[in-house]
Amino acid sequence: MKRAFLGEFEEIVLLTVAILGESAYGVTVTQEIEQKTGRSVGFSTVHTTLQRLAEKGFLASEMGGATAERGGRRKRFFSVTAAGRRALQEVKQVREELWNALPPQTLQLMGN
Amino acid sequence: MKKPPRWATELLRWWGDPDTLEEVQGDLFELYAYWVETVGERKARWRYSVNVLKLMRPLANRKATEHDPIRNAVPPFFLSPAMLRNYLKIALRNLVKNRVYSFINIGGLAVGMAVAMLIGLWIYDELSYDRYFQNYGRIAKVMQTGEFNGEVFHGEYNPAPIGPELRKIYADDFSHVIMSSWTSDHILAYGDNKFTKTGNYLSADAPDMLTLKMLSGTRAGLKDPASILLSESVAQALFGTTDAVGKLIKIDNKLDVKVTGVYEDFPYNTEFRDMKFIAPWDLYVSSEAWVKRAQDNVEWGNFSWQVLAQIAPNATFEGVSEKIKDVRLKHNPEVAFIKPRVYLQPMSKWHLYSGWDKSGNLEGRIQYVWLFGIIGVFVLLLACINFMNLSTARSEKRAKEVGIRKAVGSVRSQLIAQFFSESLLVVTFAFALSIVLVLLILPLFNEIADKKIGILWTNPIFWLTGIGFSLLTGLIAGSYPALYLSSFQAVKVLKGTFRVGRFASIPRQVLVVIQFTVSVTLIIGTIIVFRQIQYAKSRPVGYDRSGLITVAMNTPELHQHYNALRDDLIRTGAVMDMSTSSTPATDLNSQNSGFSWEGKDPNFKESFGTIAVTHDFGKTVGWQFVQGRDFSRQFPSDSSGMVINETAARYMGLKDPVGKQMKWNGKTFRIVGIIKDMLMASPFEPVFQTVYMLDYGWASVINIKLNPNRSTRESLAKIETVFRKFNPGSPFDYRFTDQQYALKFAAEERIGKLASGFAILAILISCLGLFGLASFVAEQRTKEIGVRKVLGASVFSVWGLLSKDFVLLVIISFGIATPIAYYFLGNWLHKYEYRTELSWWIFVVSGAGALAVTLLTVSYQSIKAALLNPVKSLRSE
Repeated sequence: MKRAFLGEFEEIVLLTVAILGESAYGVTVTQEIEQKTGRSVGFSTVHTTLQRLAEKGFLASEMGGATAERGGRRKRFFSVTAAGRRALQEVKQVREELWNALPPQTLQLMGN
Repeated sequence: MKKPPRWATELLRWWGDPDTLEEVQGDLFELYAYWVETVGERKARWRYSVNVLKLMRPLANRKATEHDPIRNAVPPFFLSPAMLRNYLKIALRNLVKNRVYSFINIGGLAVGMAVAMLIGLWIYDELSYDRYFQNYGRIAKVMQTGEFNGEVFHGEYNPAPIGPELRKIYADDFSHVIMSSWTSDHILAYGDNKFTKTGNYLSADAPDMLTLKMLSGTRAGLKDPASILLSESVAQALFGTTDAVGKLIKIDNKLDVKVTGVYEDFPYNTEFRDMKFIAPWDLYVSSEAWVKRAQDNVEWGNFSWQVLAQIAPNATFEGVSEKIKDVRLKHNPEVAFIKPRVYLQPMSKWHLYSGWDKSGNLEGRIQYVWLFGIIGVFVLLLACINFMNLSTARSEKRAKEVGIRKAVGSVRSQLIAQFFSESLLVVTFAFALSIVLVLLILPLFNEIADKKIGILWTNPIFWLTGIGFSLLTGLIAGSYPALYLSSFQAVKVLKGTFRVGRFASIPRQVLVVIQFTVSVTLIIGTIIVFRQIQYAKSRPVGYDRSGLITVAMNTPELHQHYNALRDDLIRTGAVMDMSTSSTPATDLNSQNSGFSWEGKDPNFKESFGTIAVTHDFGKTVGWQFVQGRDFSRQFPSDSSGMVINETAARYMGLKDPVGKQMKWNGKTFRIVGIIKDMLMASPFEPVFQTVYMLDYGWASVINIKLNPNRSTRESLAKIETVFRKFNPGSPFDYRFTDQQYALKFAAEERIGKLASGFAILAILISCLGLFGLASFVAEQRTKEIGVRKVLGASVFSVWGLLSKDFVLLVIISFGIATPIAYYFLGNWLHKYEYRTELSWWIFVVSGAGALAVTLLTVSYQSIKAALLNPVKSLRSE
C-alpha cells in the first residue's frame, strides 16, 4: 500500500492549517507556526510547503478576501482535504504505535 | 506606512511564479506590516528581501524538488553531474583527437582576443590620460585664437600680464591661475652631482591645483621664491636615500634654491610626466631679465608663456571662456583685425584633441583611438569568424554522434546544452591563453606604442568585458551546431541518407570574404602608411645632418667665453666648424610679423620664421645658396645682413631680392643671399618662409659639425673635455641632429608599426582559418578525389579544383576592399600637405599578395589530397 509521505515540516504546516480552519492562508499559517513552535520560519518556506501539500492533494485552496493592507490583493485560503486528514491520522497513528511500543523503563527514564 | 524595498517587489513581479504571484505579493505585504511592528523596519526590510529572493522561481522550484521523491528521480539534465562529466570528457577527447583543428581554433581565437585586449588596454590608457589629477574636470589651459590671412590659428602661448589680469578681475571664476614657463632642460647640481633634468617654473599655488602627492615637505614650499620641489626620481638621483628636504641645490649653475618638498612622480600617462621638478615662477621672473621686463612693463604683445587655470567650483568652461574672450582685445585693440579671442581648453581635451583641422574643428589622437578601436574590433571579428567557421565545419562530422545520442535517448535540449558547453569550454581555453599572450607581448607593445600599460587585474570592467565577450563568442559559435545539429533525425543520420544541404557552405563563404576584405584593407593601409613615411623622409632638407650635433647653451659661462670655446674646439681637430643659433636646425620655434619691404602691399599681414645665427652657421649646417652669398666677417655691414630662404623670396614677391632692404622692429636689414629651403619644422608640411639674421646675443644652442675623418666617439670625448673646462657647472649633454630629425616621424612610424603588426596578425588569423577550412573540404571530398584520380585526373587538376573556390572568394573580397581602402586612406593622406600618391600598383600588390598567401595556405591541403593514393581513399567502403 502506498502510504502518504509527510515530512516533519509538512506535518506541522498541515496541522496548523487544520487548526486555523476557515482563516488559514500564508500569513496566518506563518504567524501561527511561529507562535506555537517558537521557531522562526521563513514565509518562503511556508509558501512552498503549502504549494507542495496542495500538489500532493492534502490541501485544497480558493481565492478570496482582498484587504487594503495587502495592496488590494486576494488571499489564497487553504483547507485540509480528506486525503490530508487521512495522512494526518496515519502519522498520528504511527507515532502512537511507536510510543506505545516503548518499554516502560525507558519511558520512566524520559521523565514520564 | 513605509513601503517594503521596491527592488525586491519588482524582482518578485518579474521572477516570481506567475501562478501564485497575487497571493504571495499580498501575503508578503501583510507580513511586512506585521514585521515592521514586531521587529522594526530594518529587520522587516531584510526579511522581506530574503523571502523574495528565496521565492524567485529557479530557487523555489529547486527547493521543492529536494523534498520531492518523485521529482528527484528525474533531475533536470543540466544539474546532473554524470552527464556534465560525460560532456566534458567527450569535448576533451574531441579536442585531443583533432589536434590541428583544436590548435587553430583555440590559438586563432586567443590571438584575436589578445589583440583586442591590447587595443582595449591602449584605448583605456588613452582615455584615462591625465585623470591622475584630482581636479581633472576643472583644470584648463588658457588659449588664444584668431584669424590670420584667412586661416584660423590656435595657440597656448600667452602674454605675461594675462595671469594677474585673470586672477584679479575674474577672481570669482578661478580657483587658481598658474603662470608657467615651459617644461625644458635645466641643470640641477648638488655638490658634484650634476644632472640635466626637465622641469618647469610655476606659480606658487600650482602644487595645490595639480594636487601633488607630497612624500616629504609641503605643497606650500613653493611659496618661498628660492625654493624647489623635486620629484621622487630626481630627489633619489641627487641625494640617494638621504632626506632631500632642506638641502641647497643650484639650477643652471646660477640660481641657489632650497629643496622644500619631494612629490610622487607624475604617472606616465599625464601631460606633466616630464616635469621632474617645479621651481617658483617668481624665481624665473627675477632671474630672467626679459621675463621681468614683460611682467613689469605689462607687455601684452609678448606671447611666450603658458597659463594654466582651475575654474571655480560653480563655474563652467564655456561660461568662463565667454567672459574672458575679449581680454586680449581690451589691452591690445590694434590687433582687432585678427579677431583675437581668449578661451579655456579643458584638461579632458589636451591629449586626445591636440590640434585643429583647417576649418577649426578639434582633432588629434582621438582619430587613432577610433582607428585602433576599429582595427581591434575587426581582428576580433576575424578570430570569431574563424572560430565559428571551424566549429560548424567540424560539427557536421559529428552528425553520427548526434544520431547515436538521440537513439540512446537524448532529448534535443540535452544536445543543445552539450554543444554549447563544448564551445564555451574552448572559448575558456582561448581566453586563458590570450591573457598569457598579452602578458608576453605587453613589454614589446609598450615600447612600440610609447606607453606604460599593465593588465588591469583589479579592474572589474576588464574582467566583465573579457568574460562577457568570451561567453558571447561561445554562444554564437556554438549556436550552429547546437541548434542545427540537434535537429537531425536519428534514423536518417544513422542510415547514411543524411545530406548537408547545397547551401550549407554559403554562410562560411561569406565569412571568409569578410575576413579577407579586412585583411586586404589592412595590407593596403600598412603599405600606404609606410610609403607616406618614406615619401616624407626622402624630401630634400636643404642642409647636411650627418655629424651635426647640438649642445644647449644653458649657463652664463658659455655665453661669456664663446670665442675662446670656439677656438679651443677647432684646435682639437675633432670639430670642422661650430656656431650658435637661436634654435636647432630641426626646430622652427619663432615666428614674427612686423616686417616691411619695398613694394609690399600694406594690407598684407605677413609672418616670417625668425632665426638668429652666427657667421659660421652656414658652414656648420651646410646650407646651399641659390643666389647671393653667405654672411661673411669680411663685410662688417653684414651685422645687419639677412639670409632668406627660397619660400620667403617667393612669399615676398620680389623679382631680385638680393641687395633689397627689409625693415623689422625699427631696424633695417639687407638681404645678402637666398638659400635652398631648409626643412626645419614638420616634414609633412611645406617649408615656412624664414629669415636668418646675425645675432650673437640671441643664442640657445651651439651647433657643432664633427670631423668626418675621425671616429665620432673620439671626437665627442675631445669636445667633452673642452666643454668641461669652459662650463664646469653642467654635464655635457648633446643631441645628434639626424636623431632629432628622425623623431619627427615618430608618430607616423609608431602608427605604421602598430598597423603592420595588426595587419600581419589579421592575415595570420585569416590564413589559419582558411587552412582549417581547406583541410576540412579536402577531407570531405576525399572520395570524390579518389574517383576523379581513378578516372584519370592529374594532380594539377585536382589542385586547381580544390583551390579554385578559395581563390574566387579572395578575389571577391579584394573587389570589396579596394574602394574601402581607397576612401579611408585618401582621407588620411589628405591631412598631409606633402603626401604620396595612392598608386594603383599598391592595390595590385596587396591583392596579389593576399592571393599568393591564400594559394600557399590552400595548396598544402589540396596537394596533399591530390597526392593521396585512390586505393586508400576508396577502400573504406
